[in-house]
Amino acid sequence: MRKIEAIIRPGKLDSVKDALSNHGVNGLTVTQVIGCGKQKGNTQIYRGVEYTVHLIPKVKIEIVVMDKYVEEIIRVITQEAQTGEIGDGKIFVSAVENAFTIRTGATGATGATGEQAL
Amino acid sequence: MDTGDTGFIMISTALVFLMTPGLALFYGGMVRKKNVLSTLMHSWVIIGIMSLQWILVGYTLAFGPDLHGLIGGLDWLGLNGVGMVPNPDYAATIPAIVFMAFQMMFAVITPALISGSIAERMNFPAFIVFILLWATFVYDPLAHWVWGIGGFLRTLGALDFAGGNVVHISSGYSALIAALVLGKRKGFGKDSMAPHHVPMTVLGAGLLWFGWFGFNAGSALGANGLAGMAFVNTNTAAAAAAIAWVVVERLHRGKSTMLGAASGAVSGLVAITPGAGFVTPLSSIVIGLVGGTVCYLAISVIKAKFGYDDALDAFGCHGIGGTWGALATGIFATKTINPLGADGLFYGNASLLEIQAMSVGITVVFTVTASFIILKAISMVMELRVSEEQESTGLDLSLHGERAYSEFV
Repeated sequence: MRKIEAIIRPGKLDSVKDALSNHGVNGLTVTQVIGCGKQKGNTQIYRGVEYTVHLIPKVKIEIVVMDKYVEEIIRVITQEAQTGEIGDGKIFVSAVENAFTIRTGATGATGATGEQAL
Repeated sequence: MDTGDTGFIMISTALVFLMTPGLALFYGGMVRKKNVLSTLMHSWVIIGIMSLQWILVGYTLAFGPDLHGLIGGLDWLGLNGVGMVPNPDYAATIPAIVFMAFQMMFAVITPALISGSIAERMNFPAFIVFILLWATFVYDPLAHWVWGIGGFLRTLGALDFAGGNVVHISSGYSALIAALVLGKRKGFGKDSMAPHHVPMTVLGAGLLWFGWFGFNAGSALGANGLAGMAFVNTNTAAAAAAIAWVVVERLHRGKSTMLGAASGAVSGLVAITPGAGFVTPLSSIVIGLVGGTVCYLAISVIKAKFGYDDALDAFGCHGIGGTWGALATGIFATKTINPLGADGLFYGNASLLEIQAMSVGITVVFTVTASFIILKAISMVMELRVSEEQESTGLDLSLHGERAYSEFV
């Protein structure tokens, strides 16, 4: 099992979510994050005082999938989330020891992303 | 007693009351999330304290029978003698109790304005004591000098229709002193102290503009043409100042902000306050345009240059805006609008401007000195400022044990 963490533009969340759903991934966790990479911040003004904000709002999607689907999922996410401009985001993949479904107690493969096709 | 006048002044009283919760929201949106409740609390607790102080002792000190031009006597302590019949000296067509209530709302909002400069770092007990002492030893005498019969600034001929001196100059300059005595917020100039909720501030500004119609038009003390004129002057100056700020900010910083537009409107409302019942609507446009511009410069340029931490610009908006308004009254007042006023510089009379300047000067010296003394006196028996740790955690949790916005549910 692998965990895929995708940090993407907030505006891309809906299309990524839909694309994932079309590929059988319906269980995911989304958090609002702020961060920075190569994308420069922006300047905000409050009563004439300038604030340069280096951290930019993004959205992080976390899903846990079986190893054999990782490449396909990454391709799907990348395709939807990409614009070609700096700030498109990142995807991190890490190993997951185990996964459990709280309602049923199911573990392992069915513990990952629910009882869907994967 | 006239029912139209009385009805109108009672409504105006309610409008001016609404300005204090409005001010709470105006200020609340501008502080950081961790301090919003403490900021709201300042205004709210003042409503409680001043409502009682005024009826017990404030009203009689401000408007009671004159003693040497300096203060009212204690004849009306606890509203003794202030009843349902009009007092012919002050507002002949409305019950004395209504006039008292109307004035009370001014006494409430004035100290609340000061809270803007000491936001995010003042100790709560010290704040309460400061408000009580300031109201009794600064506001009450000053209201007497300007509005009380026999008050020496009134006798001098100084014009202040709705409180440019009494409300805005007094609170604005006191706010500056308080900001200097308390010192800068921890991390000022380095940490982000951006407003946490600009829509809240905009709502507050809207309520202030709405309430200001009661503040200025109600000061005509009658449902009459002068009230109507003051109403129009108020709206005109606010609009002009908002536009001025929008334009100036665009020229200075490249973008017009919502916070700027809201602040601009408020600065225009401040500027028109002393002259609302003495000037023409066309003059109000000028007063608003200049007021918005001058306050913008005070806040964005001068404050930055001198580096004092007037957190929410109580001085930049009310002190500076009120000063301009008082002088503008000396320029644009005309007897064609209000025969009980005077003609200003624009109408060929230079002496009014001199009197206004003198009145402003006296008000500034008095309020600055008195505020300083009061703060120093309080600091000898209690801490004015919260500890560094309390300030870091945020006053909502440290002082009030509350969170404004729950973390997850």
